[in-house]
Amino acid sequence: MKLFGVLFGRTKTKSSQVAKERLKLVLVHDRIKVSPELLDTLKGELIGAISKHIDIDQAGMEVTITRGDKFDKLVANIPIRRSR
Amino acid sequence: MANVITITSGKGGVGKTTATANLGTALAQRGCKVAVVDADIGLRNLDVVMGLENRIVYDLVDVVEGQCRLRQALIKDKRLPELYLLPAAQTRDKNAVDPKDMIKLCDQLREDFDFVLIDSPAGIEQGYKNAVAPADQVIVITTPEVSAVRDADRIIGLLESAEKRSPRLVINRLKPSMVKRGDMMDTADVLEILAIELLGIVPEDDSIVVSTNRGEPVALNGKTRAGMAFQNIARRLLGDEVPFPEFNDGPGLLGRLWGFVRSRPIDFKARN
Repeated sequence: MKLFGVLFGRTKTKSSQVAKERLKLVLVHDRIKVSPELLDTLKGELIGAISKHIDIDQAGMEVTITRGDKFDKLVANIPIRRSR
Repeated sequence: MANVITITSGKGGVGKTTATANLGTALAQRGCKVAVVDADIGLRNLDVVMGLENRIVYDLVDVVEGQCRLRQALIKDKRLPELYLLPAAQTRDKNAVDPKDMIKLCDQLREDFDFVLIDSPAGIEQGYKNAVAPADQVIVITTPEVSAVRDADRIIGLLESAEKRSPRLVINRLKPSMVKRGDMMDTADVLEILAIELLGIVPEDDSIVVSTNRGEPVALNGKTRAGMAFQNIARRLLGDEVPFPEFNDGPGLLGRLWGFVRSRPIDFKARN
């Protein structure tokens, strides 16, 4: 099947879609002046604030910026440790 | 009272000067009195694109510095009696003029013209600021490429923070055949990313090169694809509702077969 794909050139994503996705990603950072360092700082402070009250998995925590239709979102994914 | 419209892009080489010359031409053909202003001081080109390079005596900087009157610097077009060019200085730099000078200059032009089109230099520095300062409307021009769209996004952001009226977009050099095979972003892709109003789509057209070679804007010949596209944009600037045409003229069956035959070995090599 893979060979078939290679022969007929259907395995690659269309380059226009690649362009669009890359642009979306780069523009999120162009538009909001949030550096990776600032995201790290935010992450550290969030961990500090939340772990006082909830047992969270600090290593699994992610803070990212994503692009929505109307807003760009600051998304924090914070896994909570199960007690049992 | 004239409408002052600045054509800008951020990135160089996407077609600001060509668009300015052609929109000026198309508007003048429709009976509007138009002044096109080259704000790219030090790198002037609007004069050659319009075929008026041999008629320059005074330029924009001469007017700003009071070396001549505005009327003396305006060059009448060869073909259209309602079209005038105010050329940029070639031996000076962008700092010879500031935004206040441009506003004052355009206020003078407003008295005599229906439209003042300003050809902005590339970039986001002094020259761009000068070009945008007097604008009532801004046209952002881009091509469907990553670098041009990124820079257009930057310009749109800057215009928003300068509280200019929301700019409108012209997508230039669209290649329908590449869009068709998924190798070029289409209009919807670009609009999704930039999220501003679409003013026009100009398809890639060899006749642009030919017309620029001759110094005769392509809009003079409404039969060319690009010329027609610029005519449509001019009509939209005048408030007409002009539908956006589909460009479905990619290669025909034979062309596609040839493309298929030709592209296979290259694709194959790329994967090895």
